[in-house]
Amino acid sequence: MSQPRCFQDIILALQSYWAEAGCAILQPYDMEVGAGTFHPATTLRALGPGHWAAAYVQPSRRPTDGRYGDSPNRWQHYYQFQVIVKPSPPDLQALYLGSLRAIGIDAELHDIRFVEDDWESPTLGAWGLGWEVWCDGMEVSQFTYFQQVGGHDCHPVSGELTYGLERLAMYVLGYDDGNAMPFNPPDAPIPLTYGDVFREAEAQYARWNFDVADTETLLRHFVDAEAEAARILAEPQTDPRTGRHIVMAQPAYDQAIKASHIFNLLDARGVISVTERQAYIGRVRALTRACADAFLATDAGGRAA
Amino acid sequence: MPDLLIELFSEEIPARMQAQAAQDLRRLVTDNLVEAGLTYAHAGAFVTPRRLTLALEGLLDRSPDTREERKGPKVGAPDKAVEGFARGAGVAPADLERRETGKGEVYFAVIQRTGRPAAEIVAEVLEQAIRGFPWPKSMRWGAGTLRWVRPLHRIVCVLTREDGHEIVPLELDGIVAGDVTEGHRFMAPGEIRVTGFDDYAAKLRRAKVLIDPEERAGTIWNDATNLAFASGAEIVEDRALLTEVAGLVEWPVTLMGRIDEGYLDLPPEVLQTSMREHQKFFSVRDPKSGRITRFVTVANRETADDGATILAGNQRVLAARLADAAFFWRNDLTVAREAKMQPWIDNLASVTFHAKLGTEADRTARIAALARELAPAVGADPDAAEQAAKLAKADLTSEMVYEFPELQGIMGQYYAREAGFPDDVATAVAEHYAPLGPSDTVPTAPVSVAVSLAEKIDKLTGFWAIDEKPSGSKDPYALRRAALGVIRILISNDLRVSLLEDRIISKADLLVAENEDGISGPDPDRYGPDLLAFLHDRLKVHLRDEGIRHDVIDACLAMPGNDDLTLLVKRARALGGFLATEDGTNLVQGFKRANNILTQAEEKDGVEYSFGADAKFADTDEERALFAALDAEGPKIEAAMRDEDFAAAMTSLAALRAPIDAFFEGVQVNADTQIVRRNRLNLLSRIRGLCLDVADLTRVEG
Repeated sequence: MSQPRCFQDIILALQSYWAEAGCAILQPYDMEVGAGTFHPATTLRALGPGHWAAAYVQPSRRPTDGRYGDSPNRWQHYYQFQVIVKPSPPDLQALYLGSLRAIGIDAELHDIRFVEDDWESPTLGAWGLGWEVWCDGMEVSQFTYFQQVGGHDCHPVSGELTYGLERLAMYVLGYDDGNAMPFNPPDAPIPLTYGDVFREAEAQYARWNFDVADTETLLRHFVDAEAEAARILAEPQTDPRTGRHIVMAQPAYDQAIKASHIFNLLDARGVISVTERQAYIGRVRALTRACADAFLATDAGGRAA
Repeated sequence: MPDLLIELFSEEIPARMQAQAAQDLRRLVTDNLVEAGLTYAHAGAFVTPRRLTLALEGLLDRSPDTREERKGPKVGAPDKAVEGFARGAGVAPADLERRETGKGEVYFAVIQRTGRPAAEIVAEVLEQAIRGFPWPKSMRWGAGTLRWVRPLHRIVCVLTREDGHEIVPLELDGIVAGDVTEGHRFMAPGEIRVTGFDDYAAKLRRAKVLIDPEERAGTIWNDATNLAFASGAEIVEDRALLTEVAGLVEWPVTLMGRIDEGYLDLPPEVLQTSMREHQKFFSVRDPKSGRITRFVTVANRETADDGATILAGNQRVLAARLADAAFFWRNDLTVAREAKMQPWIDNLASVTFHAKLGTEADRTARIAALARELAPAVGADPDAAEQAAKLAKADLTSEMVYEFPELQGIMGQYYAREAGFPDDVATAVAEHYAPLGPSDTVPTAPVSVAVSLAEKIDKLTGFWAIDEKPSGSKDPYALRRAALGVIRILISNDLRVSLLEDRIISKADLLVAENEDGISGPDPDRYGPDLLAFLHDRLKVHLRDEGIRHDVIDACLAMPGNDDLTLLVKRARALGGFLATEDGTNLVQGFKRANNILTQAEEKDGVEYSFGADAKFADTDEERALFAALDAEGPKIEAAMRDEDFAAAMTSLAALRAPIDAFFEGVQVNADTQIVRRNRLNLLSRIRGLCLDVADLTRVEG
């Protein structure tokens, strides 16, 4: 692979590397999520006995990270590249290092280290052990062996890799200001920087996230999502119309994703107190747990035949 | 006799767990080998990020044969009993021997155990060690069930003899033990076959792996100090960081870089914290100016460009971090200089300290009131103490402390200076958290002492009021540390504060109650004594470390005024010193003898002998000598006690030792004449009274 010249080269290089390595290259999940882990291809597929290998880009949103497009390295909307392989193969570290090579990080010249960093997601009821991977002192990825998701032990264990694409690309491309980084090749007829693509939207979302989003509406939507998930999961597992066994784990999980994102928005609006915070996290966790239970009752989740 | 080499090769082991893991491997393997009869001459344990290594020299080739005899039931005992005995001993009933014992014929079981070869035992012991390894956190991986700190890839397990080496047959969840390991992940990838420890250590060194963490740390420290020295600077020593960094590399390569000019005016603590926490860099200081001008980073490899790319990368990452820090610093300075920190103080009202104990603003108000109260007793100006207390928590809402919580207090001090507050107030802001641990420095400046004491007493009283006391290993609010802080501040500053008597605890209680709903009104007797008992417990632990026996402390705790910890400690130290002398131990003997005789007599007679011993009824020389000694020393002891000069009091007590000994030697207390007997008992009571004025010697052991 030639040295990447722009942001999208990094994405394309990672996609083709992991495609070559045998992963299904999926597309982003079509909902607002805080991180790539929320994609059902990770959260739900990490559960149950089925084998799985997927990689995808996931646009992610963290409303509190908004800086009106003015920060060189923080945006409320950003990209993660996510790889999940179940069971984790014995050579996952080597595969991962190969992916760094594919985006132009030569381990002969750089100092690559695996530094302890355990991962926990209170809203997903999930945790795992692993590292943050350092390249010359900079964190370029998270590397995690999932131990529990949705309150269930993972058997087999999934290996999960998360690349923070902006930071990684800035490092590889040599930009201190992410907005100045080329998004498409600099010699394209219409060259675009990362800032050209996102800066305006960042300002708009920062204003909406911090000051304008209607908290009454959001609170109502949170409760609605919670109620809808409960209603979906309370339906009988046999479809009265077709007589088929259909557990609607993923539609319910969509509601959990919604609730989680609404919680993040409410947090950015500053209307959630420290004590309420724990309670909200607990409510989202209860939702994802219920969805995890439901997924295990599906065929994909390894329902006992 | 063979040597044993074990290596457990895995993905990267967290640095903080490595040292303990090496010790645990050594302990688990050697203990169980010895238990199985396999002794060894010498053991060495090593660890790197990717491997745990154990080398044993001079292991027995096989465990020795053993023979054990067990005596069983009599011949003719019920069959069931005989069978049970045989089963228990692990022999067939037919193999039991019958022996004449003089009390009839008895069954004996002779249990013969043939020794087993080392390989067999090692395999069992190692499997057990791996399966039961006490990692603080462990995990599963792939489709397996084995648990290890991170995926385990290889096991080297070989016995080395003069004529060659033997692989110990062992398989765990598909990992077959062998004689193959791997070198450095990047510099020497690939398999390495080893025959024994010496071969292993030498080959790994060639493969760019230093297995000994001490050697890696030594190399890093050496190279780092040399690099710094060569540029006329010095490394800021940081043991914990050195150990951690040595646990992140197999082949340390030390590199020194510059900090951009633009960041050099950041406070050194900010530079140091940012570099240590985020980058694991050592700080390099200019010895003349005391400023931090460079950093040292430790890479895990050599490169063709001598680390230029690595250093440039690290420098870029640091610049980005410091750009953040400088941004926070500038914003904070504006708040400090232009608004005198007031916005932060206002913000404390929205920072919860504890759901039941209100916000940091509530807490600040309580601490300020208490610091003012305490100020006269510690020699501080009440206004300054109150002022410092009001500022103490302000930096919690500053941007810098939000980013680096460990800089709380230190940033507050900088900002208080910038805001123009007096020096002693600014210093108190930094010092009011101290002492943070048993070896941390104790504040001595009066304003700092007042605020620090108030902060800790408020914390203790608050959590006592809502009944969230530490229990067992649970102490989430670090109340033990707070208690030890109160103790150390009082003692080392020689401060005389009666925590209950002066209503310090109850004042704090009142403040808590005024602030909070749900905590019923102030009741000085409610938990003050319980909190004092907690402080006494911590004091005991503290004094025990100083070598003062628990019974000595108990003897002093039983005295009035024990809510004055400084007085209590003075007494305990004097008593401890006194009891370490021969006079001291003998006097305690004498006191106990007197006390026993008196107590028995008082029980029998139903009266208290406490008054009116008269020298004129004395009819032996020993008796008269004791009267004389008590008359001479008694007033001295009383005077010394009034002056709280415990050492002088004990010296006077020591002078009583010889007359008391002589008295018991030559005089029969229970004389025939009642007058003489009563007089002698009343004399003993004078001894008891004098001694008990000094400390409750009944509680002293021995």
